[in-house]
Amino acid sequence: MTTQDLQPILQLRGLRTEFRIGGAWHAAVRDVSLNVRRNETLAIVGESGSGKSVTALSVMRLLPETGTRHGGGQILLEGRDLAALPEKEMAVLRGNDMAMIFQEPMTSLNPTMTVGDQIAEAIRQHRRISWREARALALQALEEVKIPAAAERFDAYPHQFSGGMRQRVMIAMALACKPKVLLADEPTTALDVTIQAQVLGLLADLKEARGMAVVFITHNLGVVAQIADRVAVMYAGQVVETADVREIFARPMHPYTEALLRAMPRVDQDTESLQPIPGAVPAITAMPAGCAYASRCPLRQPRCESTDPELAQVGATHGVRCLVRAESAKVAA
Amino acid sequence: MSAPMSEILQVLNLVKRFEIGGGWLGSPKKTVRAVNDVSFSVMRGQSLGLVGESGCGKSTVARALLRLVEPDAGTILFDGADLRAANAAQLRALRRRIQLVFQDPYASLNPRRTVRQTLVEPLRVHKLGDEAWIRAKVESTIQEVGLPVSALDRYPHEFSGGQRQRIGIARALVLDPELIIADEPVSALDVSVQAQILQLLERLKRERGLSFVFVSHDLGVIRHFCDTVCVMYLGRIIEQGPTRAVLDAPRHPYSSILRDSSPVPDPAARIALPKIVGEIPAPTNPPPGCAFHPRCARAQAQCRESVPVLSQDEGGRVACFHPLET
Repeated sequence: MTTQDLQPILQLRGLRTEFRIGGAWHAAVRDVSLNVRRNETLAIVGESGSGKSVTALSVMRLLPETGTRHGGGQILLEGRDLAALPEKEMAVLRGNDMAMIFQEPMTSLNPTMTVGDQIAEAIRQHRRISWREARALALQALEEVKIPAAAERFDAYPHQFSGGMRQRVMIAMALACKPKVLLADEPTTALDVTIQAQVLGLLADLKEARGMAVVFITHNLGVVAQIADRVAVMYAGQVVETADVREIFARPMHPYTEALLRAMPRVDQDTESLQPIPGAVPAITAMPAGCAYASRCPLRQPRCESTDPELAQVGATHGVRCLVRAESAKVAA
Repeated sequence: MSAPMSEILQVLNLVKRFEIGGGWLGSPKKTVRAVNDVSFSVMRGQSLGLVGESGCGKSTVARALLRLVEPDAGTILFDGADLRAANAAQLRALRRRIQLVFQDPYASLNPRRTVRQTLVEPLRVHKLGDEAWIRAKVESTIQEVGLPVSALDRYPHEFSGGQRQRIGIARALVLDPELIIADEPVSALDVSVQAQILQLLERLKRERGLSFVFVSHDLGVIRHFCDTVCVMYLGRIIEQGPTRAVLDAPRHPYSSILRDSSPVPDPAARIALPKIVGEIPAPTNPPPGCAFHPRCARAQAQCRESVPVLSQDEGGRVACFHPLET
């Protein structure tokens, strides 16, 4: 591995995204710092409202302009701060250097255009080439995502594809311009498990073949274990824990990560009793002053309710946003 | 349990066909066999899981049990009474004892009605008790599902997804049913809330001795909640047995693939992906013979010609000519 490989391609530093609710600005994403390297999959895992999708949409600058604002921090793509770029330059980057795929492919595809033409059109947005050349590249892209008989299905419409095949079309379109970074927002959530396994395998192969950096957003810890190299757990707009995939499943440190793992029923072993997490996520209009998880946390101490913890390093690649656990890790070390 | 195990629900050779296409401007008429020769029984106080992928017919079975979709053939015996032969009055009486819980608590509650109005209605429909009794019943039921009495005078939009699912469960419980048919009751919920609802259902099963037909696509949830499981593929049950036995040592190649495709939270247990091939065929045009043979690594000539029936052997009930060894 060269030093260039170790440099993160995409780096978020203290990212903050705010929504306007009832006349005041509230942060949906707070102080999010993440790195993704070449040929690496970073999984962002969290429940509804944790800010994982908003993080990805902020990176792509796909949030609506009204009612949303960049509240600070940097989005560095190979060292260049995207937050400072004018929209015109973002439009050049988007789909070319960075691409995104979504949960529901049917709503992202144009129902009135054949899939081949849609992909060719996307390529022509970024490359000065003829339709004929674009269509040839589009066919290559469809073959790369292993759509059977791609040449015959090139002129078919999205409704003629199954859910799994539509997601493959989305992936083909996203990857047609050979982006350096792929943001995947719950791309397999709407699929059946056997199809999900196929799509996860495809994404892993493409990441390897292209040396892409992949940010994979999911709520499913099982999927995380399948696909991730590194994991960031989000809660109430913050990253509460980040570690290598093996580390986080073997030694979860944040009480929320532990609770998530205990709440998930497993197909491969019996769980005596599931342990639900009591309470609910605080609303973004009513974020507590201290740790956002304090009200649900079994390790809660008085200081947790007043001090918002930092993401503390507890290992070479392991960070945890918890006063109690960060301290006990320090003592153990 | 002291009482001998008895069957609360018996389903024999259930068939449901849908006609699609036809009509003015329509495509050629086709028949979809959504449910094909499905038989199972549910013991009192037990839960039976129906698991499979989209289009396998699991939800249609759930609906056909209550005749919300009218089955085309087969027998449904609830506590000995034939549901398909029942007239309107008898059916209404039987339906009081069988209640449904739906997947989407956002869509299955009337947004213009308070929770109290929603919970009172079934009691009125079945003309149960006087006003005071109804009031007490509704209040005790809402507390049983873990919500405060004050929730009764609020509207569905004021609740979170998990709380709405509790309201959906309360609506099923007010009639004191014996059997609950739950169609993907936790699929729309986050994992922490999913665990809360599963825990609630488990408590109700234990305390009320409720029986369940539990439809889900999530084998983890099925393993946790169901005593027995039926794995479905393209309208047929292809394997049936005690949940743990089926999941730990599946006999049908499809059950095995379904289990192996279900991701587990353990990076050491990554799925070996190449062995999962193909997609679910269109139910309008199922392959001849065993519906699974185009995706099956063990398929042989026989599998392409004739349909294997669900039959009992020493290893369990499986519909396969070449089952996996246990």
